Amino acid sequence: MEGCGEDGQVKLLGVAYSQFVVRVRIALALKGIHYEFIEEDIQNKSELLLQSNPVHKKIPVLIHNGKPVCESMIIVQYIEEAWDRKAPFLMPRDPYDRAIARFWAAFIEDKVIPSIVGAFKGQGEEQQKAVEESVANLLLLEEVLRSTGKAYFGGDGIGLVDIALGGLLVPIQTVEKVTNIVLIDAQKTPLLSAWADQFCKADKVKEALPDRAEFFVRLSARRAKLTSPPLAN
Amino acid sequence: MEGCGEDGQVKLLGVAYSPFVVRVRIALALKGIHYELIEENIQNKSELLLQSNPVHKKIPVLIHNGKSVCESMIIVQYIEEKWEKKAPNVVPKDPYDQSIARFWVAFIDDKFIPSILGVFKGEGEEKQKAVEESVANLVLLEEALSGKGYFGGDEIGLVDVALGGLLATVQTIERVTDSVIIDTQKLPLLSTWVHKFCKAEGVKEVLPDPAKLFEFLSEIRAKFTSPPTGN
Repeated sequence: MEGCGEDGQVKLLGVAYSQFVVRVRIALALKGIHYEFIEEDIQNKSELLLQSNPVHKKIPVLIHNGKPVCESMIIVQYIEEAWDRKAPFLMPRDPYDRAIARFWAAFIEDKVIPSIVGAFKGQGEEQQKAVEESVANLLLLEEVLRSTGKAYFGGDGIGLVDIALGGLLVPIQTVEKVTNIVLIDAQKTPLLSAWADQFCKADKVKEALPDRAEFFVRLSARRAKLTSPPLAN
Repeated sequence: MEGCGEDGQVKLLGVAYSPFVVRVRIALALKGIHYELIEENIQNKSELLLQSNPVHKKIPVLIHNGKSVCESMIIVQYIEEKWEKKAPNVVPKDPYDQSIARFWVAFIDDKFIPSILGVFKGEGEEKQKAVEESVANLVLLEEALSGKGYFGGDEIGLVDVALGGLLATVQTIERVTDSVIIDTQKLPLLSTWVHKFCKAEGVKEVLPDPAKLFEFLSEIRAKFTSPPTGN
C-alpha cells in the first residue's frame, strides 16, 4: 500500500504548485520515503486539513501514523529527525553548523520570500525597490557559497538550506519570466546560478518540482490581475 | 574568569530589557552556563555586534569560543544542543514532540509578537482589535498548555522559554497601554503558568526590572501616540 510499510503511514496534504509543499516533497524524495499525496482544493478545504491544522488551516501538512506536522521547514526537520538513520542527512551534526543552517533557513523565510513577493506584486518604483532588495538578499546567499566553496549549502550534498531555497526556485524563475526582471543574475551571483541549475537537475529533486509551464500560466494570470488598469467609467 | 572555564568562553551581546535577550539568558541560566553579558547601545552599535551579526545587526548574539550565533530561538536551540549532556533539556527527544514545540515557537514569533506590537503601537479601535487578536492567540496557547505545568511538561521547555521571555514586556505593555491581555478569566491556565514561570529558578534572576521597562516603553509609546489636542 502506498504510504505504508517500514516508514509507517505517511500522508502529505498539499497542492503540487505550492513552494512550501515542494520543499516537503523534496525531503521525502531524498530520504526515499513512500507517501500518499492528497491534493487539496484551497477554495474548499477538506475536513482532514481543517482537523490536522486547525490553527492555520494551511498546507503542507504531513500526517505520519495519524499525527499531523505543520509548517514546511518544521516538517523538513521532522523528516530528518524521524528518519535520522536514513541517508542523506539533511542537517549537519555539529551544533554550531546546525545553528548556521537554521539562521539561513530563517533568513530565506523572513527576508528572501517577502522581497521576491514584493518584486512579483509591485509596480514601478515599489517593484524596483523590491528587486534591489531581492538581489541584495541573494548576494548574501552567494557569499555563503563562496565562503564554503561547496556545491550545496549543505556541503557536498543537499541540506536544509538547499531545500528551503530550492523549493522556491521554480517560483523565482517564473517570477523572472513573468515580470521580465533578473533575480538570480549569472554575473552577479555565478555560484548561486550554478547551484540553481545543479539543484533543479538533482536526482529525486526534479520529480518533486512543479510543472513550469503550468506555473507560468498561473503566475501570469495573477500578475495580469495585479497590474490591470482601473476600468474607465 | 567570568564566561570561561569548562563551558568555554561565552559572551552574550544584548540589552537587559529585550525579550529576545531574556529568552537566551533564561536558557543559559537553566543550564548553569557562565557568560559575560555585554550591554549594547542600540543607538550606537559596537564593532563587535556589527561583525558578529553583519546580516541583521541585531541583538541578541551569543559568541561561544569566538563563533557567533544569532536569532534568539536559534541561540536557545544551540545552547540545548551544545550542552546536551547538561540538564535540563528544553527540547524534547521525540521528533514529533519536537515538531509540536517548534510549531508553537513559530506561532509565538509569527502571530503573537506582531499582535502584541499592534497593541503597543495602536490607538482606539486599532488597539482594541490588536488586544482581541493577542488574547485569541493566547487562548490557543492556553489550549496547548492544558493539563501540564509547563508547555514542556513537568519542566520548562522550548515553548516556555519562547513565551516566557516575552512576559515582562507583555505585562509592561498592558500597563503602558491600559489593556488586559493575560486575562485571568479567559486564560486561567496560562495565568497560573505565568506566576509559576516568573518564580522559577533561573528565570527570576534574569527578568528585566519592571520599573525601568515601564519607563522605557512609556517613552517609546509616547512617540507613537497622538499628543493631546490643545484647543
